[in-house]
Amino acid sequence: MTRPRRPGRDDDPDRLYTLTGGRSRSDSDAFDLVTLVVSECEPTPGMQSEHATILRMCQLPTAVVEISAALGLPVSIVRIMLSDLLDTGRISARHPRTARVADRLPDPDILEQVLVGLRNL
Amino acid sequence: MDSATSDRAALQATADNGLKIVVVGGFGVGKTTMVRSVSEIRPLNTEETMTRAGEAVDHLDGVQSKTSTTVAFDFGRISLDERSVLYLFGAPGQERFWFLWDRLFSGTLGAVVLVDTRRLADSWYAIDRLEHHGTPFIVACNDFGGPLHTEQQIREALALSDDVPLVECDARDRSSSKYVLITLVEYLHALSQRGAGARSGALDTAPSAAARTGLAPAKTPEPTP
Ligand SMILES: Nc1nc2c(ncn2[C@@H]2O[C@H](COP(=O)(O)OP(=O)(O)O)[C@@H](O)[C@H]2O)c(=O)[nH]1
Ligand SMILES: [Mg+2]
Repeated sequence: MTRPRRPGRDDDPDRLYTLTGGRSRSDSDAFDLVTLVVSECEPTPGMQSEHATILRMCQLPTAVVEISAALGLPVSIVRIMLSDLLDTGRISARHPRTARVADRLPDPDILEQVLVGLRNL
Repeated sequence: MDSATSDRAALQATADNGLKIVVVGGFGVGKTTMVRSVSEIRPLNTEETMTRAGEAVDHLDGVQSKTSTTVAFDFGRISLDERSVLYLFGAPGQERFWFLWDRLFSGTLGAVVLVDTRRLADSWYAIDRLEHHGTPFIVACNDFGGPLHTEQQIREALALSDDVPLVECDARDRSSSKYVLITLVEYLHALSQRGAGARSGALDTAPSAAARTGLAPAKTPEPTP
């Protein structure tokens, strides 16, 4: 086993700043860790390499947290890049259907589906 | 960059609902082992960065500054059916991690507090925080071959209310880890059927955090002979 990479830590601030255009994006909050991202187009030449990687990985649905792990970048940075890709129609996002309201329990129907899936493991 | 993704098993094109369960516990308690036991992918590792004030860093002037700190966590995945995919997170129970709880784990179905019965006090803080966030949880005692404790001794040491399930497991074993997850989801299902009011009621009657933190380590149960 190799020591797990510590993504982001080795990146200098300038590089991270460039990746996101230095912007703060409040709408990036819409991306949950497990929002499934799907590409809506192919990467184009000259595209920022992280964007191209995201488009290639998300030909099939891929969770935000998996993108973060593959790129070796903190989740919040990935969320900002995804907001940009979403705004320009290059990806679509399938957000989780469980309630995000803090004091709400998940739907019993969803829990029953989870139980069936776990018992079939 | 692409080599990072090449050994990744892809989800089905129809997958459209991601679900979360979090395994919380102290260092070395077996979180990654449990995730690995049930995951269809090798556990992956990533991180989130936040400021001291508890804000995730989403503008990056001075991201590396002394006021930001980084929390790493790992995760695995279980495809439940053609639409639903369950992500299982292994998260450290340390103090700074909880600043990020809402940002990372809001909408989580529930949590497994993984404990090593030789170090029960390590899990007090995690249990306090889960109660504070209103996240339903069960407690799983990972079998490190340590001294046996009765269920009552463990419940007392953790100030655990009677309705919170407490199970034993071996995180290295797939069926044992699967059983832990099923126990959690059955518990969540029972709670959800009791209706929205049930959970706040359960929290009201739960032993107070003060009872737990007031418990001196010396009161950790003695091993039964
Ligand atoms: N004896 C025993 N060892 C375990 C068990 N679960 C995990 N371990 C070992 O404990 C060590 C720490 O486990 P790990 O999953 O990395 O802990 P984490 O820090 O909570 O992620 C590893 O060497 C595991 O092989 C268990 O149920 N029994
Ligand atoms: Mg670990």
